[in-house]
Amino acid sequence: MDINEIRAKTAVVGLAETGCGLAPGWNAMELMATAVYDAIDDAGLSIQEVDGLFAATAFHSMAAMSLSEYLGIRPKFADGSNIGGSSFLAHILTAAIALDAGLINVAVIAYGSNQRSAGGFKTISEAMPFEAQYDPRMPVSAYALAAKRYMYEFNASREHLAQVAIAAREWALLNPRAYMHEKGPLTTEEILSARPIVDPLGKLDCCLVTDGAAAIVMTRSDKAKDTKNTPIYLLGAAMEHHHRMISEMPNFTTTSATDSGKRAFEMAGYKYSDMDTVQLYDAFTINTILFLEDLGFCKKGEGKDLINGINPGGSLPVNTNGGGLSCVHPGMYGLFVTLEALRQLRNSAGDNVGVRKDGGWIENAKISLAHGNGGVLSSQVTNIWGLEETI
Amino acid sequence: MPEILKDTIGPQKQFHEFLAEGKFKIQRSNVTGEFFFHPRIAFPGTGDRDLEWVEVSGNGIVHSTSCNRRLPEKGGDFNLSIIELDEGPKLMSKVVGIEPDKVEVGDKVKARIVELKGEPNIIFDLIKD
Repeated sequence: MDINEIRAKTAVVGLAETGCGLAPGWNAMELMATAVYDAIDDAGLSIQEVDGLFAATAFHSMAAMSLSEYLGIRPKFADGSNIGGSSFLAHILTAAIALDAGLINVAVIAYGSNQRSAGGFKTISEAMPFEAQYDPRMPVSAYALAAKRYMYEFNASREHLAQVAIAAREWALLNPRAYMHEKGPLTTEEILSARPIVDPLGKLDCCLVTDGAAAIVMTRSDKAKDTKNTPIYLLGAAMEHHHRMISEMPNFTTTSATDSGKRAFEMAGYKYSDMDTVQLYDAFTINTILFLEDLGFCKKGEGKDLINGINPGGSLPVNTNGGGLSCVHPGMYGLFVTLEALRQLRNSAGDNVGVRKDGGWIENAKISLAHGNGGVLSSQVTNIWGLEETI
Repeated sequence: MPEILKDTIGPQKQFHEFLAEGKFKIQRSNVTGEFFFHPRIAFPGTGDRDLEWVEVSGNGIVHSTSCNRRLPEKGGDFNLSIIELDEGPKLMSKVVGIEPDKVEVGDKVKARIVELKGEPNIIFDLIKD
């Protein structure tokens, strides 16, 4: 089978998020299950119809199994693979293959976290051999090392990185659901003078630490047409990774997004310039720059200049929810990148997916790119979503 | 009789045993002559298991660097760097003998064996021009 044959064979028919901010009094499983039931309701399906379950968290060693038990269902196919924050975009690829093959009929992909209420950033990562003895503060130390190398190679400055956080905040000011919506705009001065964490990254170069859960429902495209929402079709999906530890990253300024992006675009039959919205996994300011370059939106080293156009009203709508920097980041952000890519398209098609201030929704958006990152610039997964007319 | 691997050790333990003898050795492929780090049972990507341990010069340059901010009562700020050895491979370490935020990409450094976390490990001193 040619992997490209799964193009547009499956679609998302339901989505939901809950507790995106603070959810004291709730545990990670309760939040995740709430998102699942809400997404199922959104799709107009019933929980008994779910026969494929995909989940990963930093709270459950066997998340898919714990979740199916909690829901009281018996999946015919389950996948709890954990490749970090990009896991869910990889689950989407696996779900599409399993749906297309007829192994399952309704797939749910879910995530839940109460990390902020439970005391802060939550990880189940083991100490890395040949790194742990030097006390790196992971993951931020890894991203700082990549950022420093990028600044050296391409004559970039902290001011360049700051523009990413400024743009994310501007988008958050248009999104009433964003964690930082009530805050004012950010200035370069504020970002540069924020508490240093691991130089060259300061506090405002780092993502939020929030609670939050999300879920999506996928089914085959023929069945998707019968549901109450506008189906959003999976046009392309691809993944690649080459390291787990930052010290093993072959090139500190180039990620595997070069390859995941290339193959996802190839499957979709579209190119970077066809993307109406671009949702990138911005755990740190450097991420947005690297992914814009690696996905082909500009040449290597030019991302620091391209980011001048990613603000609301700019030439390239990037991280339109406010991103991990200013909207939500419950530890593993991949499903929230996905939700924003899908919501922009559903809003454009006329579905009610919430309220934004003027400019917060991208008019006539037909295709969205969602890009997930996991580990320390390690696993890269690219999904391309489109309305029916893009098939 | 069950298999008991009692007369051999894995490459991670071997690396630290060489360090305990005062030798900074890393592995090299006998097929291509190429070095790699971290220590493994085979050359990453090719699976080549014809390897030898070679003592390296300890000379390298700073590939990237960061100052990790930490409260004084917890030990204070410290350097974390990626060093590219003259032999090619890169590794994580720290550069000492200089303020942790004064290390620069491109600085020349030299390895030194010290005890970290209860076992011998490599750190780097700045080579002053």
